[in-house]
Amino acid sequence: MNLSDSLQSYFFISAALLGLGVFGLLMRRNLVAMLISLELILNSASLNFVALNRFCLADKSLGQVFTVFIVALAAAEVCIALSLVLWLYRKKESINVEDANELKN
Amino acid sequence: MSLQDVVFICIAAMTLLGAFLAVWLKNVFHNALSLILCLFGVAALFIFLNAEFLAVIEVIIYIGAISIAIIFAIMLSRPWFHQSAPRDPIKLVRSALASALLFGGLLQLLRLTQWPVADPAAGDFSMRGIGRSLLTTYALPFETVSLVLLIAIIGALVVSTSKENSS
Repeated sequence: MNLSDSLQSYFFISAALLGLGVFGLLMRRNLVAMLISLELILNSASLNFVALNRFCLADKSLGQVFTVFIVALAAAEVCIALSLVLWLYRKKESINVEDANELKN
Repeated sequence: MSLQDVVFICIAAMTLLGAFLAVWLKNVFHNALSLILCLFGVAALFIFLNAEFLAVIEVIIYIGAISIAIIFAIMLSRPWFHQSAPRDPIKLVRSALASALLFGGLLQLLRLTQWPVADPAAGDFSMRGIGRSLLTTYALPFETVSLVLLIAIIGALVVSTSKENSS
């Protein structure tokens, strides 16, 4: 059995990335660390797309196009989230989510 | 075991180690550096999957832009001055249990599912094929994503330069 040629091994890595990302999202209380966990989850999704693209699709550009979209949306999300984090830090001198419990000021 | 498998296992171990350190270490700066390690691993896995274009995109955008932006935000907000609270073991166990359940469920699901198979080597993996699909079949999503990016940039500028009520 060839490990790098089987769909299951890529799915295993991607499921592990998703599990670690959810673990970090639940455990950490630092906004930047939660953002990093979110990046792990997005990466597991794109790894799944590319693996299925190689092993299960006839049109080999479909999964790659979707992964390009995921990367672009991740960039947009990080851009907004980091500007909000900096704004929150200027307001509260802290980037702990438990300090950010109100929407207005 | 072939040489390719040895390289694959090393890269998978590097990816998972980077991901683990990216959520486990307490210093957020170390988290960001481990995230870079993990993203390098994912880029190498993309090369294993014949998606060289995506590997390059991963290195340029994820490592070159997103991780650097995260490191900039960490340096501007200096979270390590405030982070000294010890971990709450109940929360730790709870989140570990939830993610372990998710991981186990996914593995079980993967074991039970029959995936449709296509020829893994045949087909057009090239950048030419990707560009053609992006500009013909998927032109509308492509334009929408570019609009989303533009709005995100404008939104980030508005949020980060707003001086209203700044104390």
